[in-house]
Amino acid sequence: MKNDTTVKRKSERELVVTRTFNAPTRIVFEAWTKPELFKLWWVPKSSGMSLLSCEQDVRVGGRYRLEFKHPAAPEPIAFFGQYLEVIPPSRLAWTNEESDDGPITTVTFEEKEGRTLLVLHELHPSKEALDRALSAADGMPETFAQLDEFLLIRGASAGPS
Amino acid sequence: MVQYIETRFDTSFAALSDATRRGVLEQLGRADASITDLAAKFRMTLTGMKKHVSVLERAGLVTTQKIGRVRTCKLGLRRLEEESAWIERYRQLWAARFDELDTIVEELDRRDRMNARKHRE
Repeated sequence: MKNDTTVKRKSERELVVTRTFNAPTRIVFEAWTKPELFKLWWVPKSSGMSLLSCEQDVRVGGRYRLEFKHPAAPEPIAFFGQYLEVIPPSRLAWTNEESDDGPITTVTFEEKEGRTLLVLHELHPSKEALDRALSAADGMPETFAQLDEFLLIRGASAGPS
Repeated sequence: MVQYIETRFDTSFAALSDATRRGVLEQLGRADASITDLAAKFRMTLTGMKKHVSVLERAGLVTTQKIGRVRTCKLGLRRLEEESAWIERYRQLWAARFDELDTIVEELDRRDRMNARKHRE
């Protein structure tokens, strides 16, 4: 039985995703900050995409870069940015710089009785930027379903880490 | 998601609890109108009508656009459904990603515990 993932638009510019994991924060944090582990889960198998490369220099001011391949896209697509906060094992924040109006993503890890409550918070520069991120896939033909998902990832927050 | 919908619905119900605001929605269902038009039609002051429109706007039931000195109001009903659908798709993406993460962290945790046990032996 999987834990629930919830998504809530907290304000015009903010989106919050929450999820509980059955492991201590130390371990969940590790899975976000070690490229060899991060690679294993960031791209869901069902998305049809593959991660070509993943670089993470996890320290304040350090940069990350992810490159994806999707069957519908001829060229690999890159997501990149900079870490703003790194506080193991409880807090990470980074910029999303592949677009001019990308959000700042903050993830907090809170331990409760050996389990981790993860809260991912996106702060977009404007209401329109968040609207665009959310509606990126809207109205596209059915055959582009997989690409839709890809655009959602891209528009939303190709976080790093 | 449920919480989100409830909050939005609460705001919508509050917006709809007033007879004038229901009238405004009905009116906008027929044609877009400026705040001045609406104020005249409902025999209200401009300030009074602005307040009603802003309640409807916050609930996502109406959208307004200012062109020059005129603020035009339109029905925004569909937005509510669209946004819920977008958020649900976004949620599914994160749920898929986090299901994979679950598998990884549970495996790491299991190994960790085994190592700790070995250490003690």
